[in-house]
Amino acid sequence: MVEAITAILLVAGGIFAFIASVGMLRLPDTIIRMHAATKAGALGSGLIFLALACYYLELSITLRALATVFFLLLTAPVAAHLIGRAAYCSRVNLWHKTWIDEFANICDWCETSAEEEGASGCELEEKGTQ
Amino acid sequence: MMGMEGILLKGATEAVLILLTLAILFAFIRLVIGPDPADRIVALDLISVLIVAYLGAFSIYTGEKAFLDVAIAYALIAFLGTVALARFRERLAKKSRNGKIDGEG
Repeated sequence: MVEAITAILLVAGGIFAFIASVGMLRLPDTIIRMHAATKAGALGSGLIFLALACYYLELSITLRALATVFFLLLTAPVAAHLIGRAAYCSRVNLWHKTWIDEFANICDWCETSAEEEGASGCELEEKGTQ
Repeated sequence: MMGMEGILLKGATEAVLILLTLAILFAFIRLVIGPDPADRIVALDLISVLIVAYLGAFSIYTGEKAFLDVAIAYALIAFLGTVALARFRERLAKKSRNGKIDGEG
């Protein structure tokens, strides 16, 4: 019974990880690809570690496997946020069907968070374009 | 000892290992062809998550519990690497926008 549950969780995790990778290869732009990579990838490896927790059924191993799942779920959004921010700040090309880009007309929100610059973002942007 | 379910589990583990190998291969293709450096960072992040999953599946395949510790340590280091690469890319973009070069790094 335990082995059947382990097999089901394992196969589900493997399929989700594979879907994440196919999405990584086929989706049209960086930010859409990031969607596939971070969500489906974290789900896939989380399911595989749940299978590991079911398979051994010892306290120390199961706790460590659950801690790994927790850690993956904690770090995947942080990494995704940082990569997405870096991609958007570096003006990566968006997909041609993207019809909403809320920061496109705001004068450069990336610059306003720069630490050393005393000036506001708008002035920096005007300086930068000339 | 090896019952019906044991054979099922062994087959499932082998299938999952093959799937994960293919997945790492696809992510590696994106790592090579990715047009922007941000694409490559995303691909590296996915590859590290997939390697963590692979270590978990391999621990079931071999019955070796020590791979779990390897997976935990690898997940920690991979997260730090992804954060460092993303911060680097963002700072590079800001610098190239404030400075003279407007081209992509």
